[in-house]
Amino acid sequence: MSDHLHLKDHSREARIFFHRAVVMGLLVVSLAGVLIYRYYNLQVVQHEDYVTESDRNRIHVKPIPPTRGLIFDRNGVLLADNRPSFTLSLIKERIKDLPETLAIISDLVDVSESDLEKFEKNLSQYRRPFEAVPLRYQLTEVEMAKLAANEYRLEGVEVEAQLVRYYPLGELFAHSVGYVGRINDREVASFDEEQKQRYSGTYSIGKIGLEKQYESRLLGEVGYQHVETNARGRVLKELEREDPQPGEDLHLFVDADVQKAAVDALAGYRGAVVAVDVRNGGVIAMASTPSFDPNLFVTGISFKDYAALRESKDIPLFDRTIQGQYPPGSTLKPMIGLGGLHTGIISSKYTINDIGYFQLPGEERRYRDHISWGHGKNVDLETAIIESCNTYYYDLANRMTIDRIHEFGSHFGLGYRTGIDIPNEKTGAWPSRQWKRERIGVSWYPGDSLNVGVGQGYVLATPLQLSVMVATMASRGTRFTPQLVDEQWDPLNEGDSLAQTDPVSQLNVSDTHWDYVQLAMEKVIHSPKGTARRISKDIGYRMAGKTGTAQVISIAQDEKYDEENVAERQRDQALFVGYAPADEPQIAIAVVLENSGHGGEKSAPIARIVLDEYFASEARRNVKHISGTP
Amino acid sequence: MATQDFIRRMPEASYHLRRRSSLSQRLGIDVPLLLLLLTLTAYGLTVLISASDDSPSYIKRQVTFFVLAYGVMFAIAQVKLHSLMRWAPVMWGLGVALLVAVIFFGVGAKGAQRWLSVGGFRFQPSEIMKVILPITIAAYFAQRSLPPGIKHIFWSLVLVLVPTLLILKQPDLGTSLLIASSGLVVLFFAGIRWRLIFGALALLLASIWPMWHFVLLDYQKQRVLTLFSPESDKLGAGWNIIQSKTAIGSGGVHGKGWLQGTQSHLDFLPESHTDFIIAVLAEEFGLMGVLLLMAIYLLIFLRGMYIAMSAQDTFSRLLAGSITVTFFVYVFVNMGMVAGLLPVVGVPLPLVSHGGTSLLTLMMGFGLLMAVSTEPKRVTM
Repeated sequence: MSDHLHLKDHSREARIFFHRAVVMGLLVVSLAGVLIYRYYNLQVVQHEDYVTESDRNRIHVKPIPPTRGLIFDRNGVLLADNRPSFTLSLIKERIKDLPETLAIISDLVDVSESDLEKFEKNLSQYRRPFEAVPLRYQLTEVEMAKLAANEYRLEGVEVEAQLVRYYPLGELFAHSVGYVGRINDREVASFDEEQKQRYSGTYSIGKIGLEKQYESRLLGEVGYQHVETNARGRVLKELEREDPQPGEDLHLFVDADVQKAAVDALAGYRGAVVAVDVRNGGVIAMASTPSFDPNLFVTGISFKDYAALRESKDIPLFDRTIQGQYPPGSTLKPMIGLGGLHTGIISSKYTINDIGYFQLPGEERRYRDHISWGHGKNVDLETAIIESCNTYYYDLANRMTIDRIHEFGSHFGLGYRTGIDIPNEKTGAWPSRQWKRERIGVSWYPGDSLNVGVGQGYVLATPLQLSVMVATMASRGTRFTPQLVDEQWDPLNEGDSLAQTDPVSQLNVSDTHWDYVQLAMEKVIHSPKGTARRISKDIGYRMAGKTGTAQVISIAQDEKYDEENVAERQRDQALFVGYAPADEPQIAIAVVLENSGHGGEKSAPIARIVLDEYFASEARRNVKHISGTP
Repeated sequence: MATQDFIRRMPEASYHLRRRSSLSQRLGIDVPLLLLLLTLTAYGLTVLISASDDSPSYIKRQVTFFVLAYGVMFAIAQVKLHSLMRWAPVMWGLGVALLVAVIFFGVGAKGAQRWLSVGGFRFQPSEIMKVILPITIAAYFAQRSLPPGIKHIFWSLVLVLVPTLLILKQPDLGTSLLIASSGLVVLFFAGIRWRLIFGALALLLASIWPMWHFVLLDYQKQRVLTLFSPESDKLGAGWNIIQSKTAIGSGGVHGKGWLQGTQSHLDFLPESHTDFIIAVLAEEFGLMGVLLLMAIYLLIFLRGMYIAMSAQDTFSRLLAGSITVTFFVYVFVNMGMVAGLLPVVGVPLPLVSHGGTSLLTLMMGFGLLMAVSTEPKRVTM
């Protein structure tokens, strides 16, 4: 450095410093002013905005799923319940290493292959961000304790108490009550904004049956929980809560005891039983076998289980009661006979001579009776019904023509969806000239009418349609829409009073004709020649009905149907329709057994079992009602 | 609480001080400055308790730092300023040597190489330079007649720029800014001509474009960009600023209350106990708390300037002035960056932010201020 001696003017330097210090002081004060203005601006002027921002940071709205409505039978038996279940769920966004976390969990709790498979499937489906994906349901207490002890290394793993749908009666109501399952991508895509809100806390949705039909009523209204969370999304406390509104309970006309009797009676068969209340259309039993356990679907069915159900030759997922379309065969005869009387084509005195077959004038083809030598001379309508004479009906159908048959049969609901309150119902087929032109593209031949006359040919009906038809026969023309849910169920009388519903149609046929045909149907059971006489043994009530045996394959002209030689799947369908008590009908029933042979032999006994159980159940209800025990 | 006691006791205390000024002078203590610092320390610890989520280990460490730093301050206050001036060139040379050593042997974190590790003891040469540089520049001008001529200005700028650029290279924008300002402030107090000052400012404005393109690193540019539109990168670089502004703004006039700040306690606010601690203070104590803090800082500034103006010679004056102004630069840069006025650079809030190193250098500065304040009076004039 320089050794040169400078002459320093100390007082001048002090003066300079003083001036500069004043300037610096002013600068600092103004900079402080800038800062204060900035903080004032943030803390006073924009205060509200930042409070909102800060609240938005910490307050999160979590949807609370509503409790799904329960489903009861007419006696208060629970058909669809909600069970608390501790579910182990994973929040993928919060897990660093998913395979490792899964490995830790597998050490602690029992995680099966199918659990993992379902988890992967659910993980690949639509999810909300930070939505927990369930891995294991129904954790045991021991498992929960193990998980709690290892919480520190299970970031993003949650044990949550959830209500999970449970069907206590399992297979019994798989088709009618249906089931819920996890909401899938397609369903999410179909949601509108309001639905997205309603389902914001809910994982499952009705897939089939009543669960689907009454979804919006069963669901309830979502609630909200305002929670304070930290920056990592962990919930610290609840600030505010809007409780969810539970879904509406459903009370059915169904009687679980009768349903069970039907399902038990159907055991080993592919078939369906539908029993409806003649007085209001309430469905008392509705069974389709084979069935399946709807509980499999609730938490997401595994590929393996689903494949087994779908690929079974017996198609258990198929609801035969509303989707099975069968030729009704002779079960149509009382209705068509009534039509003949009503239209004046025949009278009760009209008889034919049955020689075992019928031929249209000028045609070679013989329309055969099931008795090759025929029912003999003087076959009148009553005999034709009691003994199920085809030849009589070939003649009758030929005289009535398809137009009258179609018009009359339409009053019984054939060819239309009954309007039952579960989805996916089939229409069946109730042909007419127009129907054949549109569907087949060919004009109507007189021979087609003969086949319709014996419930064959183009005619198809679901077991439900048959039950509605026979109920309309029982009620003398008053047809109701079959309903599972009793909308008039009243907690005060526990559903003991009979619901009054408006019929969809009322057919006016003279009482003489009704008396005649209903008596004939009664004789099908109670007369020694009746095709269902075997079920009258020890019966405690009067019953009316009609058997039916419908061909699955057409038999060539001169061939005889030989049960032994026909493959099992091509054997006749065994049908029965009926109602009871005969004098004051309450319940109507249709039974269809696939490939089982004769209706009188196979189906009628099932109907008897179901009706017996119905009356037994009614008796129990009355005892309870009279004695007043709740 | 501490503040109120302080205000109540103040007149009485100053009365005692005046009477026993010789004792405090002999101990090298500037009592008003010490009281202000103690008040600030108490206030800062109060905020830190909340900012560190009531974690005793943080508080314990910070109290230890404070004890150590006050000790260092008292020790430095005993220094003879004259010898300090004589050793200035050596200190500067050593400081620069250490900074160069950082380039070759330094260790670092988060992509910056700032530390030297000697026998397991880690320290930041740039922090030491914060104390050395004002001493050097003040010493340089104290030995020359003022106002300085161009030649001296040039050499003094060289003395400032060498460490500044070395630190900028680490990279540590915040510290290099503080170092540069501590040197330039000496130039300003030395009486550098106004037209030179304005000329330099004009040059600085003109150099923004080349600086942007050739000097600033990507992460530094990002910080500047983030300042102008924090919303452009809400979860990334903008997160800090958005969250700190939210914390400050939601505090309002009176604040959410001590330990009640949601932004900091729910972990939305990053660096809440270090560089961004003013946001915790503003959230919990509101604008009132900010004003109180600002008042303490301004009082310290005024006391510092008073000490400088009453100093015995040019060296003490320039040194005291530089230390005082640099202290305020800390305050301004920190409070400005947290409030979204300035880009985010690593500058702590003096005596409030958690951390030992910067506390130590700040207190060394205050030690020097006390030395200036208590140096024996010589009758000049």
